[in-house]
Amino acid sequence: MQLQGKKIIALGERDGIQGGAIAQCTASAGAEVVLEVTHCFV
Amino acid sequence: MQQTTVQPVIRGVRFFLAHTPGLVRYGSKPSRDIDRDPAVGDTLQAHLRGYADAAAYPPNQAFLGAIHPDALASLPTPWFRHAGCGERWGPHGEIMPEEEFYGWLKIADAFNLVSLDTDFIESIRPALDAHPLCTPADLEQLGTGVSQAELDAHCAPGTGLAGDMPTLPLFLRDGSRIGCFHAAHEVDATLAADVLLENLTCKTTAVLAMRTLLAQLPIDPMDIPYVLNSGEEAVGDRYQRGGGNLAKAVAEMSGCQAATGVDIKGFCCGPLHALAIAGGLVSARVFPHVVVVGGCALSKLGMKYRGHVQHDQPILEDVLAAVAILVSADDGASPRLRLDSLGRHTVAAGPSQKAIFEQLVKEPLQRLGLSFGDIDKYATELHNPEVTEPAGSGNVPLLNYRVIAGLAAMGKEITPAQVPDFVAAHGMPGFSPTQGHIASAVPFLGHAVDGLRGGDLQRVLLLAKGSLFLGRMTQMADGVSLLLERNG
Amino acid sequence: MAEQYPREDMVVVLGTPTAESSRLYALTVTEGDPSWAGALAGTSLGLPVYHVTEEAIKCQVSPEVYEEQVTLMEMVLDVADIADAVQGVRDSSAPAV
Repeated sequence: MQLQGKKIIALGERDGIQGGAIAQCTASAGAEVVLEVTHCFV
Repeated sequence: MQQTTVQPVIRGVRFFLAHTPGLVRYGSKPSRDIDRDPAVGDTLQAHLRGYADAAAYPPNQAFLGAIHPDALASLPTPWFRHAGCGERWGPHGEIMPEEEFYGWLKIADAFNLVSLDTDFIESIRPALDAHPLCTPADLEQLGTGVSQAELDAHCAPGTGLAGDMPTLPLFLRDGSRIGCFHAAHEVDATLAADVLLENLTCKTTAVLAMRTLLAQLPIDPMDIPYVLNSGEEAVGDRYQRGGGNLAKAVAEMSGCQAATGVDIKGFCCGPLHALAIAGGLVSARVFPHVVVVGGCALSKLGMKYRGHVQHDQPILEDVLAAVAILVSADDGASPRLRLDSLGRHTVAAGPSQKAIFEQLVKEPLQRLGLSFGDIDKYATELHNPEVTEPAGSGNVPLLNYRVIAGLAAMGKEITPAQVPDFVAAHGMPGFSPTQGHIASAVPFLGHAVDGLRGGDLQRVLLLAKGSLFLGRMTQMADGVSLLLERNG
Repeated sequence: MAEQYPREDMVVVLGTPTAESSRLYALTVTEGDPSWAGALAGTSLGLPVYHVTEEAIKCQVSPEVYEEQVTLMEMVLDVADIADAVQGVRDSSAPAV
């Protein structure tokens, strides 16, 4: 699976890796982040 | 004019728990699920525990100061099977049964939002009369109640005091209806019964924490000039949703006639922001005392009930929690609030956990010339894992402690092999009810003050994170930290 | 959102902290598992799903960015269990071609 050129849905979690961090990672691989959400379950 | 600053200290901390199984149905998650499928209500009710079990529950005993959180590590799990007898009053506060709490809800009700059944009121009056924080004026506020026929009329669709806006029936754990909660406007969603119930439970629990604090510490309520409320409830109407100032409402009911106050909001790190501001006000001699309060988060009741039901365990999110903290000028004995230690997760820091923890832990420690190991205990998010793990949310405090230990290892202060020992020594098992802003750092404050004043603690770092992104105004989180240290 | 772009162009990347939460999220975005909350609950999206710490993602990310954004959490989380959980969901919901 190549991230380059893909549309990314970044589903982060507050106590794991947040959406913004996933977005930066996948963008650095040449993907486009189309949705960034961070959840919190506490 | 030359003016010197003074050192702020934490003079005392008190907590309040209300065991409210009958209100679990009005938690956000349960209420939405019951709306979709009324049978969920029966499932919920079958998994609610009684008062004796909630009082004996070791995490609640730790919250009220009867046992130290570290003691939980050696107790057999699951903790909810613990058969010990639970005292109602711990060194840091009480856990109140739901019957009496409904009475206090009525006592705190300034707008006739609560109607209670006449017989029910008479059944709880003796217990309220005997309660050390209940005054004759409070008992007057209870009133004489209404009949079950009137409750029927209030609760029938379209016949409540606010027209088509629904009235919420109030139940005990056994399903008996003992009253109802009215909407305050015909169309205003911010004054709907469910919203006002959240707000009034927040006010009531904060008042009981504050009254406990003021009754048990050697201070006159009239000497409190300022109150900061750090709860998350959006008090206001349609033109100023969340307009706030629950702080003044709490002061009014706590005998603080010489006080005013304001609300400080910041999701789960609201209380630490409020503590920092309180410390600043005391330090600058604006006020000699500031009380920081945080009421409960009714919406969180039963939030993870599905996981609990799935694992056939009791629904553990059945308590409302509140805190009250007295910040005063240096008395030479109480733990110092080190304002120069303030750690802040800044806008520029970015969303990674590394950035958050570096700004909340590593950078402040460096600034003070301290190492990770110089902090005896880190008070971070202290959510009870027995609540979160069955729902797949993991062990939040343990994860936080591993991150802190990981940072210490990255800085070569400890080796990776020493991480578990660091976590065990400088962390603690989670024990807090998952009550929003209440669960972050502040649940340990009572133990911290005891340990820093008379015990073996030298330094405690308080840290909290706030999930700002939930409000959809920014993708950012927030975080703040503060050091408490032994005086003298 | 899933209808706005060609499905083969889309990838869901998770940042969940446990194997169980990873499995539940992955199920939600592949099968529309209705039992857990979230923005995507209830819709059967059939999207490929990975955890950000899985090798398949990590190997494509700039090492500097990964170091800054994820490495600390990678040390702390049980990434092997998480990878197994997400892989399990991918395997069980592979679209019949």
